[in-house]
Amino acid sequence: MALLEIEGLTHWFGGLRAVYNFHTRIEPGEIRGLIGPNGAGKTTIFNLVTGYYRPTEGRIVFLGRDITGKRPNEIGKLGISRTFQNLRLWTHLTALENIMLAYYGQIRYGLIGAFFNTRRRQEEEARIEVEAMDLMRMLEIETYAHRVVSGLPYGIQRKVEIARALATKPKLLLLDEPTAGMSPAEMLETMEFIQFVRERFNLTIWLIEHRMKFVMNLCNWIQVLNFGEVIAEGPPDVIRDHPDVVRAYLGEMVEI
Amino acid sequence: MSISVSSTPFRRSLRSKLQALRDVPVGSWFLGAALAVLLEWYIGPALAYALGLGQIPAIFGLSLILKKPWLIPSVLLYLVLIYGLPLAVMARLSAGLIRRLEARLSTGVYVGLHLVLLFFLLWAWSSADDYRLLVIRLLAINILATMSLNIVNGWMGEFSVSVAGFMAVGAYVSSVLMVWGFVNDDVFGPPVFPPQLAPMAFPIVLVIAGAVTAFSALAVAIPSFRTRGDYLAIITLAYVFIVRSFFENMEFIGGPRGFMNQPEVAGFPMVFFWTVFGIWVMRNYVTSILGKATNAVRDNESAAEMMTINTRAVKITAFLTHAFWAGVAGGLYAHVIGYINPATFDIRRSAEILGMLYLGGLNSITGSLLGPVLFMFLSEVLRPFQLLKWLVIPVILIYAMIRRPRGLMGFQELRIPFLERRRIAREEEKLHGAAGD
Ligand SMILES: Nc1ncnc2c1ncn2[C@@H]1O[C@H](COP(=O)(O)OP(=O)(O)OP(=O)(O)O)[C@@H](O)[C@H]1O
Ligand SMILES: [Mg+2]
Repeated sequence: MALLEIEGLTHWFGGLRAVYNFHTRIEPGEIRGLIGPNGAGKTTIFNLVTGYYRPTEGRIVFLGRDITGKRPNEIGKLGISRTFQNLRLWTHLTALENIMLAYYGQIRYGLIGAFFNTRRRQEEEARIEVEAMDLMRMLEIETYAHRVVSGLPYGIQRKVEIARALATKPKLLLLDEPTAGMSPAEMLETMEFIQFVRERFNLTIWLIEHRMKFVMNLCNWIQVLNFGEVIAEGPPDVIRDHPDVVRAYLGEMVEI
Repeated sequence: MSISVSSTPFRRSLRSKLQALRDVPVGSWFLGAALAVLLEWYIGPALAYALGLGQIPAIFGLSLILKKPWLIPSVLLYLVLIYGLPLAVMARLSAGLIRRLEARLSTGVYVGLHLVLLFFLLWAWSSADDYRLLVIRLLAINILATMSLNIVNGWMGEFSVSVAGFMAVGAYVSSVLMVWGFVNDDVFGPPVFPPQLAPMAFPIVLVIAGAVTAFSALAVAIPSFRTRGDYLAIITLAYVFIVRSFFENMEFIGGPRGFMNQPEVAGFPMVFFWTVFGIWVMRNYVTSILGKATNAVRDNESAAEMMTINTRAVKITAFLTHAFWAGVAGGLYAHVIGYINPATFDIRRSAEILGMLYLGGLNSITGSLLGPVLFMFLSEVLRPFQLLKWLVIPVILIYAMIRRPRGLMGFQELRIPFLERRRIAREEEKLHGAAGD
């Protein structure tokens, strides 16, 4: 069974057709790439899959369940998590708090526990703290645990965001431009990091990226989007020399 | 945080003095305060008379500062002799001893002991004067209301102004229940239960009043939190006006003339207990993952949704928690004053609580304590000039907001050195525990 299956996904923003008739099928263990010029509709697809928008048409099936129209927190609980194109950390909180809060959907105490600080709540939160610290140690960010995230270096914030996404225990992780704003050296590091994370957590990864080198080296299958439609798909070496892809990106360069 | 470049010797010595003050254990201050209370009890009236104050200055002589400025030297002398001296002496003499004693206490015993001490100190101090007794209870009620409002406006970053409306509902519900149950009243007839039981029943009545308030708050919460957007300020404003005209039209409980005859059940111990209990419950809430999710909603709601947080449930819970405790505060208020009318809880009361909140600091328990204290100090200074109060206080608030937009203690908590040391010890233990395996 495919991990994620999308059929005929179409989305209109008023009169703007952001995504048109998008199909895909992602198998467990893949690192899937989604590329395309600015405004092609990549982020919109992620927003549709994670429940931020309800698609105008189409069906999204995750692990055999139709998740079309479900809310993000429900989809998150089912096993999809993501990072955002622009960091969306909770800026007033520490790195550890950011990660611990992502366990919200897994906590097993109720309001009584919260109000009266019951033993059960204490044990539960102690356990979550240990888990969150372990997670931070694995990603080598544990030294920042008690620092407020808004003061951390950008690269660390990116890692905290990934750690937070992992805390919800996803099977499928969506990364929206994970190397945005990074230097080439940092990009190489991130590449290794993503591979490490995938193996360590047994994940399937679907990522949006502008850097060709990054996508080509990492992904096993790439889809190219332009004006909301897939114009090409295939393994990296097919995409690299695909005339339509070159044209789409060239077009963008001319426009700029 | 900015590091000041030019630190004059004066500043540095001031800072080291402040640091030395911080190192004095809380217990020493309490001892000093106890001594001060005793001193005031025995020689306070005589000293006040000798200094030409007539009677002991109720609230540190604050109301005399503007009204009779020529008495300021006498007041200062009184304050130094009765309060300053004992505090200074005890801070100096007992610090070592107290530090050795408290090292043997567990954190729980430490906190419990200090609360008990605080209770007796405040009780003894305020029993010396009826006005004090009134002010200290109103302060406690304001603290409760401010803390509850802080959950919504601070922790969750929304803007609600309905606190007065919640207090009104809590005040009326509890008053009606208490008068119906325990008082021989013109409207409600003879008491349903033996009046001696009133003090025992009052806590239950308060919980009911809080619950009814929270239920009425659903009328605000459901429409406001269904969609995103800033409707909350407007809807909560409407709530205050609707509640007010509702009670104005309830003739059987006095309508605009108000409602009285509340039994005397809200003495200092009752109010103190509920305030401490309320702060404890709300502290537990905002430090739990369930409650801290309000921070996630505030800082980035869409990320909160993806991270499995049920944002709608979080918002409604936080709002109802606010309503519950504001309702309890209203119930206490009604029984402290012994009379309420709809105008008691108009939008100005909300403005006052909002003032305390934004002065003290958002997202801070310490701020929720400090704000009401400072605000009531100010009110006390301006008490002789009723109208001026509503001119001066807003100006001071605006100034404070410009200087410190998050309030004095916004996003910060006061750290008590003893508890801080214990916390660090626990953290270290955890680290070693993790490294040991
Ligand atoms: N909430 C929205 N309302 C209206 N239009 C939107 C909205 N979000 C995106 N769009 C539009 O939909 C189109 C696709 O946007 P999308 O963000 O998916 O592009 P993208 O491929 O992620 O681009 P980029 O590489 O710049 O991130 C764009 O034309 C954009 O302006
Ligand atoms: Mg995008």
